[in-house]
Amino acid sequence: MDSITSAASVVAAGLAVGLGAIGPGIGQGTAAGGAVEGIARQPEAEGKIRGTLLLSLAFMEALTIYGLVVALVLLFANPFAG
Amino acid sequence: MAPLSLLLPLAELEVGKHLYWKIGGLVIHGQVFISSWVVIGALLALVVAGTRKLERDPRGVQNLLEFLWAYVRDLAREQIGEKAYRDWLPFIGTLFLFIFVSNWGGALVPWKLIHLPSGELGAPTADINTTIALALLVSLAYFYAGLSRKGFRYFEYYVEPTPIMLPFKIVEDFTKPLSLSFRLFGNILADELVVAVLAFLVPLIVPLPAMFLGLFTSAIQALIFATLAAYYIGEAVHEEAH
Repeated sequence: MDSITSAASVVAAGLAVGLGAIGPGIGQGTAAGGAVEGIARQPEAEGKIRGTLLLSLAFMEALTIYGLVVALVLLFANPFAG
Repeated sequence: MAPLSLLLPLAELEVGKHLYWKIGGLVIHGQVFISSWVVIGALLALVVAGTRKLERDPRGVQNLLEFLWAYVRDLAREQIGEKAYRDWLPFIGTLFLFIFVSNWGGALVPWKLIHLPSGELGAPTADINTTIALALLVSLAYFYAGLSRKGFRYFEYYVEPTPIMLPFKIVEDFTKPLSLSFRLFGNILADELVVAVLAFLVPLIVPLPAMFLGLFTSAIQALIFATLAAYYIGEAVHEEAH
């Protein structure tokens, strides 16, 4: 791999995870806030709310994980390595 | 890095190295097969041990299996619906148990003690080939479920509620297996990498919280995979009330 390709790949890998973490971060915050509000309003529904919250958090986390997969491909299985 | 990896032989970081087996014209990742066989063997042993002497009052392994069965049944019934869930319960249950035991086995079994010529043993689901195979199975399953239950009326689903939805529904058929496989693969690989990096930096105690978090997320990922598979099948067999 020539140096410019590897440099670009490393920068891109960092950006993929970093930028990919912004959206899900905001989304998870909103979801957790909503769940806390729900529990405060209706404490007896805590179990159900917690289960739904965990499931939806995992869905949002998957978006960052896609960024991570792209980063890993760039670092360890770079298609442009030549 | 040579002296460091000599110092910490259990904390090496390996990505993209595999134990290659050549069968005919195919090159396969041997370490994934070995760990999948171990997982399948463990599951079979558990189920056989739990169902050999069935008792009216379940105890021990039978009790655990009945709990698991009830859990998976509730999951399938909630997503697929009362009418069709019985046909798909074995499929959903197998997916859930295989992924769950794979994820936990990859984290809990000390695979590093078994030395391979190249590559390393780990969770079978940390290899993209395993997860893509599972995701494609889910795709086949929901097409089969829809076609066998509704015949060609299944394709009405593509133009409901309006024909404008047609391209989106077709794209969805491709993005479903893509997101299913990448979600599982990425999460499990990320857990293993986080633990590996932490163990590389500080080999004692510090990786423990990350390991517990990894166990938690891998259990949730197994649940999510099974829930989504059941949801897709339920979507395919769902009858509109006309």
